[in-house]
Amino acid sequence: MKPIDPKLVQEHLIKVAGQALYIHLETTNGAYATHKNEAFFSAGAFIRNVQLTFLQGKITGKGPYRIGLETEQGWLYAEGLTEWELDSKGRLLLAGHDAEGKLAVALQMSASPFPK
Amino acid sequence: MEQHVLVVFPHPDDEAFGVAGTILSHTQAGTPVTYVCLTLGEMGRNMGRPIIANRETLPSIRKKELEEAARLLGITDLRRFGMRDKTVEFTDQIALQNRLFDVIEEVDPSLIITFYPGYAVHPDHDATGAAVIQAVQRLPKGSRPKVHALAFSNGCEEMLGEPDVINDITPYTAQKIKVIEAHTSQTAGMIEAMKQGYKAEDKDIIERLTIERFWTYPVAEGD
Repeated sequence: MKPIDPKLVQEHLIKVAGQALYIHLETTNGAYATHKNEAFFSAGAFIRNVQLTFLQGKITGKGPYRIGLETEQGWLYAEGLTEWELDSKGRLLLAGHDAEGKLAVALQMSASPFPK
Repeated sequence: MEQHVLVVFPHPDDEAFGVAGTILSHTQAGTPVTYVCLTLGEMGRNMGRPIIANRETLPSIRKKELEEAARLLGITDLRRFGMRDKTVEFTDQIALQNRLFDVIEEVDPSLIITFYPGYAVHPDHDATGAAVIQAVQRLPKGSRPKVHALAFSNGCEEMLGEPDVINDITPYTAQKIKVIEAHTSQTAGMIEAMKQGYKAEDKDIIERLTIERFWTYPVAEGD
């Protein structure tokens, strides 16, 4: 992955708006966060291969970046995004890594489903 | 000497930290070891240092790392169950127990090594240990293999007492470090510190690399 170029990501979001896309969205502190520090409240969530079509999508911020996608009925939002990649299968992969390089957030979209 | 050892863990690298020396002691004694690894650790937060993976390439990277670790451990029977990281506790439990039961019947282990359910921190660890125990307890009381369970939750010793199986794995320490190192995408950030700590005779690190501790799970007591 490489550091996010917001201009290129924005161009891609404009290109895929209106298409049915499979989404992977996750955020996590890791399963050991509370084990290592009992005062830490661990939380995380992921959803994979839910399909949606967004009307408009925007990337904002100065880095780390935020992305919001507006659908007919609602919204998708992710923050903390730092890296991106348009992979060989044409999938847009976005991720946010913390100072140690650990994945903290991921947002991915693809015209075909991601492997289960 | 064991007749056959069955190791069941949910993530590639679970076998490296607390169990590698014990596995090596069995394989080097000529005991066959079967390792069932339920997932490919697809949801790992570590992506290598420097970053070598993304969410979609991580599974194939960890699969290769797992195969290399198994080779270093002398494991010739590695079985992957193809489940997804973080989902073990939500999957069909009876179906999982059935699959584990089939492996237990097939390889007929004298010893099973897995996580101690309820005391292994990660929900996948606890669910894996619970499924293994359930599968073992389907066997008639007299013919159940021993189960050595790994526990490391905070305060687990207050609840479970001292571990009753203490393996001195000093002869395998260098090999254990190589196994940990084989899981590069997960361990690259810590392996150097671990090696240096070992050289500098850091008490905690020496203990992690020379002693492996297990609790014998009371499988004979359940119906």
